[in-house]
Amino acid sequence: MADGLAGAEASPAAVSAGRAVFEIEGLDIEYTTERGTLQAVRGVSLAVHEHESFGLVGESGSGKSTLAMGAIRYLASNGRVTAGSVRLNGVDLLELSPGALRALWGSQIGVVYQSPLSALNPSIVIGKQLSEVARQHLGMDRAAALDRAGNMLAKVAMPDPEAVMKRYPHQLSGGMLQRCVIAMALMTDPSLLIMDEPTTALDVTTQALVLDLVAELKREYDSAILYITHDLGVITKICDRVGVMYAGEFMEQTALRELFTRPLHPYTLDLLGCVPHFAGSPQKRSLITIRGSIPKLDELPTGCIFAPRCGFVEEACTIARPPLDDVGSGHLTACRRWRDVPPPAEYLRAVTEALVPADAACVERELLVEADDVQVYFKGSRGPRGSGRKRRPIRAVDDLSLDVCVGQTLGIVGESGSGKTTVARAIIGLTPATAGEIRLRGERLPSKTGARPRTTLSKIQMVFQNPDASLNPVRSVGDAIVRPLTLLGGMGRQAAQARAKELLQAVSLPASYFDRLPHELSGGEKQRVAIARAFAAEPELILCDEPISSLDVSVQGSLMNLLMKLQVEERTSYMFISHDLSAVQHLSDAIAVVYLGRLVELGDAVRVLRPPFHPYTEALVSAVPIADPDVAQKAIRLEGAVPSAMDVPPGCRFHPRCPRCLGEVCRDQEPPWRQGEGDHRVCCHIPLDELSRLQAETLRLAAEEGSA
Amino acid sequence: MLRFILRRLGFVVLTVLLSSIIIFWATAVLPGDVATVILGRFATQQAKDDLRAELGLDRPIAVQYGHWLGSFAKGDWGTSTSTDSLVRPVVLQRLRNSLMLAAVAFVLYVPLGIFLGLMAALRKNTWADQTISVGSLAFIGLPEFVSAIILISIFSIQLGWLPSQSAIDPRASFVEAFPYLILPAVTVALTSLAYIIRMTRSSTVDVLQMDYVRTANLKGLSPRRVLYTHVLRNALLPTVTVVAIGIGWLIGGLIITESVFSYPGIGRLLLYAIQRRDVQLIQSTALLIVIIYMLANLIADILYALLNPRIRYT
Repeated sequence: MADGLAGAEASPAAVSAGRAVFEIEGLDIEYTTERGTLQAVRGVSLAVHEHESFGLVGESGSGKSTLAMGAIRYLASNGRVTAGSVRLNGVDLLELSPGALRALWGSQIGVVYQSPLSALNPSIVIGKQLSEVARQHLGMDRAAALDRAGNMLAKVAMPDPEAVMKRYPHQLSGGMLQRCVIAMALMTDPSLLIMDEPTTALDVTTQALVLDLVAELKREYDSAILYITHDLGVITKICDRVGVMYAGEFMEQTALRELFTRPLHPYTLDLLGCVPHFAGSPQKRSLITIRGSIPKLDELPTGCIFAPRCGFVEEACTIARPPLDDVGSGHLTACRRWRDVPPPAEYLRAVTEALVPADAACVERELLVEADDVQVYFKGSRGPRGSGRKRRPIRAVDDLSLDVCVGQTLGIVGESGSGKTTVARAIIGLTPATAGEIRLRGERLPSKTGARPRTTLSKIQMVFQNPDASLNPVRSVGDAIVRPLTLLGGMGRQAAQARAKELLQAVSLPASYFDRLPHELSGGEKQRVAIARAFAAEPELILCDEPISSLDVSVQGSLMNLLMKLQVEERTSYMFISHDLSAVQHLSDAIAVVYLGRLVELGDAVRVLRPPFHPYTEALVSAVPIADPDVAQKAIRLEGAVPSAMDVPPGCRFHPRCPRCLGEVCRDQEPPWRQGEGDHRVCCHIPLDELSRLQAETLRLAAEEGSA
Repeated sequence: MLRFILRRLGFVVLTVLLSSIIIFWATAVLPGDVATVILGRFATQQAKDDLRAELGLDRPIAVQYGHWLGSFAKGDWGTSTSTDSLVRPVVLQRLRNSLMLAAVAFVLYVPLGIFLGLMAALRKNTWADQTISVGSLAFIGLPEFVSAIILISIFSIQLGWLPSQSAIDPRASFVEAFPYLILPAVTVALTSLAYIIRMTRSSTVDVLQMDYVRTANLKGLSPRRVLYTHVLRNALLPTVTVVAIGIGWLIGGLIITESVFSYPGIGRLLLYAIQRRDVQLIQSTALLIVIIYMLANLIADILYALLNPRIRYT
């Protein structure tokens, strides 16, 4: 087999000048399970140098976390390393005694985790959790260790470190928590820093801040960084060298820029094309879909493991597994046909199709849903003593007006806590609006779902973020789709079953899935069922609340393709709620930007995401990690999180965080709506042409800095 | 924190009041005419009327209730009709005895339960875990009167180490009473031990899988430190609650064990009062037991809030 061979032949150090700090060679990791022994990682080699950061990219199940954790010998009790070597500063970790290994954990090896809230102990204050590391490894006393913890927090740009040290994790926001975890990992100035999806659980704006911080720390510290992520956009900000993993093996390993400009493995090519590019051409195209799914570890194909899903496959690929070969200047690929792999742009043009542009001018807009001054308030809790003890309402959504046109998609963007989900729930009636009016084709809808007639109920459907939670685990897939057909569509049992099978086909699932239970399906398949169920009622509007966020990138692409296909066929309107601006841009005809329950910008998708935009939109756009290292981006960063909807700032709600705040006028007065081109509207005190000028200036500076 | 305690205390008072209404209703109103109960069916009307006047039963129910509760609060718990003595000294003495038994049982089962639960969790899916789990399950299913009789037949009858009956003088000091407390305490402990073990085991197993335990390990802390600083405090939270709530049962709910061993505790006093239809005694004992249960719950709530920073001050 090609296991191990790959490591021997590879020379990943060739491109980098620095000293290799962390070297993995020919690593095999096995799990013993009920299904037998599974080889989760096979013959993997990599090297990370000082000041360098190595990006480990792959979808879920690719073995990237197993590789990182196995290399530092932190595996579940049923996992073990069976072959290979792992050297940290020349010391083989696999040879160390458990005690010696523990002495390295936390001192030479620092780890940053995906979810900072669960990575910190809920019942211990931050200061103690940080200082513990210094006490353990640096032999400091309590006071000195706390002092060091405070300094580290200041180094990761934590506002008011002294106060933060006395807090418990649940009292801090996600971004602050991740800074604490990063500070904790850096307490002992480790040689190796493992970052396992450190920004995946964070908001885009917070993600941008944390990525900036990591990039800065990388310059300041000489730690080697092993950066694990599924997001190709994120690695452009952090990594120097990238390895693409698939089902436990490297498919390709190369320098960052090479990976994007000249990938030499079909899997990399597919990964690049299955997510929409934020800075992509205005001409929209469908996304690349990778057929099939990642193979199970006990059913690996004999030849190339990617062959069954590969568009470049030939007979020889299925016979022997190709080794990971250096094809020149440290570019490693495990593809026999690497010479035939085309440049990404060319490939994209060949395998995707142009989508009919929804030209605003030629399509006559037909209003489907109008929301007028919709307001959703919740009963709040009493304030602290002395504040009058009056219940302050939680102002989740305030005077928000928007329209959805027939056959079009309205994208809603904003950070978490901006009220975007509440807007959708108010429209469908799950969270009744406390004021305002919602009309469907001109007819006013009662605010509560229960008060709406069935015919109206069927017109608006919803697809939720988490398909695991939105499908009943004891009801079959067929039942889930049949139910709206009989309940809202008034169909008989027989007809409903036949229709349900058609719907399964429409979402590209085999009819045999009819009798399956949700747990037998993958995440993407479950979401397809949820989409089929939403379409079953023959709705005019489907509210999609982050429908793709919890899924793997390749699955996201195919779901977006599906949504667009169904929209064209059924002329259904969507309201697409997401924090992912690339996806929103890809799917939407119009975009609404929401901040703290208020609309701040609204208009055609193209106009909203281009200057002049609202300063909040500008910040969101500049925070998007673009999967292209050549795109210059402004560095506009928003500190902190969206304030509580109980303490809405006066004047413009965005002013405390606004980088372009004018001062008094923004603090005291509600901003006016300013009319731009077409139906583009921005709610800001700064006039549009002024915004336009300021924003062009910032972009010019960023481009200069990028090229310098 | 003070506000939190005061609010909880308010709930306790409310619950006690509600229980007192139920107790009063069940003892003074439901059984029918108390005078007939006391004097028998063949008493003259005159005698019954006199007794009613003496006991204040001719007044409206609400007034009677108010009077009863007021006197209880003032410490005047009335006179027992079956023994013709004051109720309060008897009840308090029995309460002291129950507390002694509870204390011995508590010291026996709480540390042992936590220890065994932790062992089972740390050695999950080994023979130690399985032995502890299966053993504790067996004891959950075993009623107290069965385990009591098994213990008596082994330790009193076969081995002759401990007395089989615990009918001590109710005024006996703790030291004097101690040998008589062991078997009833072990009986109680056997039943409660299982709950503590299972609770500790499952919460520790959960906590061991938490991300922050991985963080603690990868900080390079010794396994012992990880266990003491990061696992225990979070894992023992649910156990603490169960233990604190159990205190109420331990003091006021041991009717069966006290009866089997003829131990003069408050549970057996209640049983005696019910058998003799001694209304005054029933009312005071029952209300006292309610108060003890409520206080145990209050302690559980406060402890939970103290140990869990996430719910403090709510």
